[in-house]
Amino acid sequence: MNTLNTIAILLIAYLAVFLESYFRGLRNLVGAQIDLLPALMVYAGLSAGISTVALLATLGGLWFDSLSANPLGITVLPLLVIGLIVHSGRDLILREQRYAQFMLGLAASAAAPLFSVLALLGLGAEPLLGWWSLWQWLVMTLGGAAATPFCFHVFDRFKRAFTYQKLQETSFRPDREIKRDRGPHLDYE
Amino acid sequence: MLKRQYSIATGLVLLIVLVLLNLPEQPAARTKLALGGLFLPLFGIAGSVQHLTQQIGNSLVPRSTLLKQLERLRKENEELRQQLMQIQDAWRENAQLRQALGWQRRVPWSLQPARVVGQDPANWWRTMWIDVGSRDLIRPNMSVLTSEGLVGRIDKVGPYRSSVVLVGDPNCRFSAQVQEPRDKSVVAKGIIWPSASTLDRLLVDLTFVPGGSLLKPGQTVMTGGDGVIFPKGILVGQIVDVRTNDYGLNLEARVKLAVNLNRLEYVWVLLQ
Repeated sequence: MNTLNTIAILLIAYLAVFLESYFRGLRNLVGAQIDLLPALMVYAGLSAGISTVALLATLGGLWFDSLSANPLGITVLPLLVIGLIVHSGRDLILREQRYAQFMLGLAASAAAPLFSVLALLGLGAEPLLGWWSLWQWLVMTLGGAAATPFCFHVFDRFKRAFTYQKLQETSFRPDREIKRDRGPHLDYE
Repeated sequence: MLKRQYSIATGLVLLIVLVLLNLPEQPAARTKLALGGLFLPLFGIAGSVQHLTQQIGNSLVPRSTLLKQLERLRKENEELRQQLMQIQDAWRENAQLRQALGWQRRVPWSLQPARVVGQDPANWWRTMWIDVGSRDLIRPNMSVLTSEGLVGRIDKVGPYRSSVVLVGDPNCRFSAQVQEPRDKSVVAKGIIWPSASTLDRLLVDLTFVPGGSLLKPGQTVMTGGDGVIFPKGILVGQIVDVRTNDYGLNLEARVKLAVNLNRLEYVWVLLQ
């Protein structure tokens, strides 16, 4: 299942980057495009191994940069940092809770663009920034946060569809069954 | 054990990032195009689905509407033919006069149509992808336009697709001239600069206009032709408002772009 889960995560990342580039309805409507990779990274950090986190950060980041004017590799770093933080704290996080998923998605989606822009500025690039970038950041943060529980829902369904279900254990034990039949009885008569 | 795994994974990813960020320009662009090429099948499928949807939509249009449209297009075609005849006369006359004065002869534009296939997924750049590349004779820095005006310039070129830096991106600054709409006289010159103050993607700034120039809302802004990328006289947009900068030394105007960059489907690449 681990390999299948990793492949599914990478496939969804590939599709997410394509959709972010192809569909411009949301960008025309609210002035910003939502990035789904941080939400996916939160899922990978909580549900997969460190190798999957590293693969998602590398491939997801490179795919994103290949369709963007970003220098190649700049998006990998924020994703890796998010993945490592979530993965290291996975034992303390209630991954089943929608609220926890939302909050993690919120933090990841807020941090990823900030980190990317800082890295770009550090490299001497001149991204298009202004007051309205705050609005774009807000849209990205809320959009990413809303996408995170959805991401968990989709992958949980995928897991249920492709893995053997755990057999439900009942309290019934044949050796402790109370048999209520008629014999053998002692004949007192 | 887990710490070791963390170190190995982080080290490997950091190594890849460092190598990629330190690649020279050409190999980096090639790697980027190769990676972006992985999305070609998806862009192809999406394009086919869109085409199919359009075809289905077209087949549902009533015959009477199509006939009306045909009639309108016939009329428009006739008018354009007449205009073309007049322009050809003017063109010949212009060529003769240029020859008489010893000026360089103007070459008619050669245009390559292209379909917009994708946009930049990052919010801090204004670039897009079109479905023509080096096999269609596309080269970096060629102008991209529509019948309404300037769109941008070609940036990276792959065999089957190219990226276009749109007007308003920090990497697409160019000289422009302001014309009076009535007599086409040049009022002032300036630099088109991305606007950092508005959410509207269709507004850019015209900066470094000398103070005292007679800028007014409604004046048209055309490419100045002073650089090596854009030829002179392509419509950029219209002035919306004007303000003074640097204690009146310079003027700055906001320009509404003539082309709606949010709804681009097809563009033309100027093959020169």
